[in-house]
Amino acid sequence: MNYDAVRIRDLNVVRGKRQVIAGLDISVPPGQIAGLLGPSGSGKTTLMRAIVGVQAQVSGQVTVLGEPAGSPQLRHRVGYLTQSPSVYPDLTVHENVAYFAQMTGARPAQVADAIATVDLTAHSRDAVRRLSGGERSRVSLAATLVAGPDLLVLDEPTVGLDPVLRRMLWTLFRELADGGTTLIVSSHVMDEAIHCDRLILMRDGGVIADTTLADLLATTQAASAEEAFLVIVQEGQAA
Amino acid sequence: MSAARTAATAGRVLTQLRHDGRTVGIMLVVPCLLLGLIAWMFADSPYPVLDTFGPLLLGIFPAVVMFLIASVATLRERTSGTLERLMTTPIAKADFLIGYAVAFAVAAAIQAMVLSGFAIWVCGMNVAGSPWLMMAVAIVDAVLGSTLGLAASAFARTEFQAVQSMPAFLLPQIAVCGLIMPRDQMPTVLEWLSNVVPFAYATDAMQAIAAAEPVGNVLADVGIVVGFIAVSLAAGVATLRRRTG
Repeated sequence: MNYDAVRIRDLNVVRGKRQVIAGLDISVPPGQIAGLLGPSGSGKTTLMRAIVGVQAQVSGQVTVLGEPAGSPQLRHRVGYLTQSPSVYPDLTVHENVAYFAQMTGARPAQVADAIATVDLTAHSRDAVRRLSGGERSRVSLAATLVAGPDLLVLDEPTVGLDPVLRRMLWTLFRELADGGTTLIVSSHVMDEAIHCDRLILMRDGGVIADTTLADLLATTQAASAEEAFLVIVQEGQAA
Repeated sequence: MSAARTAATAGRVLTQLRHDGRTVGIMLVVPCLLLGLIAWMFADSPYPVLDTFGPLLLGIFPAVVMFLIASVATLRERTSGTLERLMTTPIAKADFLIGYAVAFAVAAAIQAMVLSGFAIWVCGMNVAGSPWLMMAVAIVDAVLGSTLGLAASAFARTEFQAVQSMPAFLLPQIAVCGLIMPRDQMPTVLEWLSNVVPFAYATDAMQAIAAAEPVGNVLADVGIVVGFIAVSLAAGVATLRRRTG
């Protein structure tokens, strides 16, 4: 593969009368975990929606796996996890994952695998409405993973989960990346930077840094990603 | 478009209904209660009120119920993010809407059978024409209600709006469809209006059955209702957006 998994040039997104993303450029190489970090309201979700092709009022060039974002041929190759769990509360875990498997062309055998991957096999026959918030978001993740897409766009998949589960998911993301899947994972928790190959720091609808954690710490002389973020923001305001 | 994804969507919607026993209960019981109320009210009337109006109500009550369920169901898909997720998958917009229509047609069929049985055997309604044809027309009318609900839900962004789309879309139709006053006795402009209203043909078909008119007359009206079903589905597909703000 000699192309970037995601390549964005001069992306602009308008919502209502407000420009929420202005002239954004990023490239994500294949087989990497790209962390999309930034405070809430910085445009992470809008950027992810533009990548999976459901955001309206988009201009600029968004190329995903070599095709324009939102192309029909991409729809079975891209998995999107929305920020709040998008599953049917009145269906069981298995029924939810099986339905999304049918939509994305996954084999029936993959359903149980996806449920096992998020550690919900014991709850397979439970209605989602009976599950806890963290369990619901894992059902939602299983529905995203089930067809084994080449690009995963995950909006805050680890928020609100206990540390053990968070570790489990990051291990899973690493395994997927090692297998050639590209992942774009957003978080407003800067500490999650340590799990990512590449960091895209966002603020006010723009990218303030597109780098690696090592380079970020070296250039800012900061001890953590959170501190580095503050340094960059202060430098930006001083300039 | 894909038959497999349409069928999977219909199956999923039916499974959701199956898990929601209370909704199914209300769906089956409420139209019977309403019809029973009317039958009781006119029990001692010298005119065969139930025999005349019963079939019309059989065309309208289920359609109203299905309209509400359809518009709330699709609104729920929008607000819960499941529609957004689906729009990133290969599902066609028509797969989604036809899947819903098929699922509601199955629900409508059950509802129509229960309600017709209740009207004929419990309330003692006499159907001059074929009761089987009446049941079939009730199903088609209920499917019309659900596809109108699917189309109307495109305009609703909140639950309050979705619920109000019923009085906005359906009550005017019920007013001029011939239930309250025969269409040919209305002021000319209202009669013209009634000619373009889907519910007018839904009730015309039922009236034809109640008056034991030839089956051809009934089928002509049913054909128009089916046309409206296709148009409202097409409108639903056209107003559904993959990309939203």
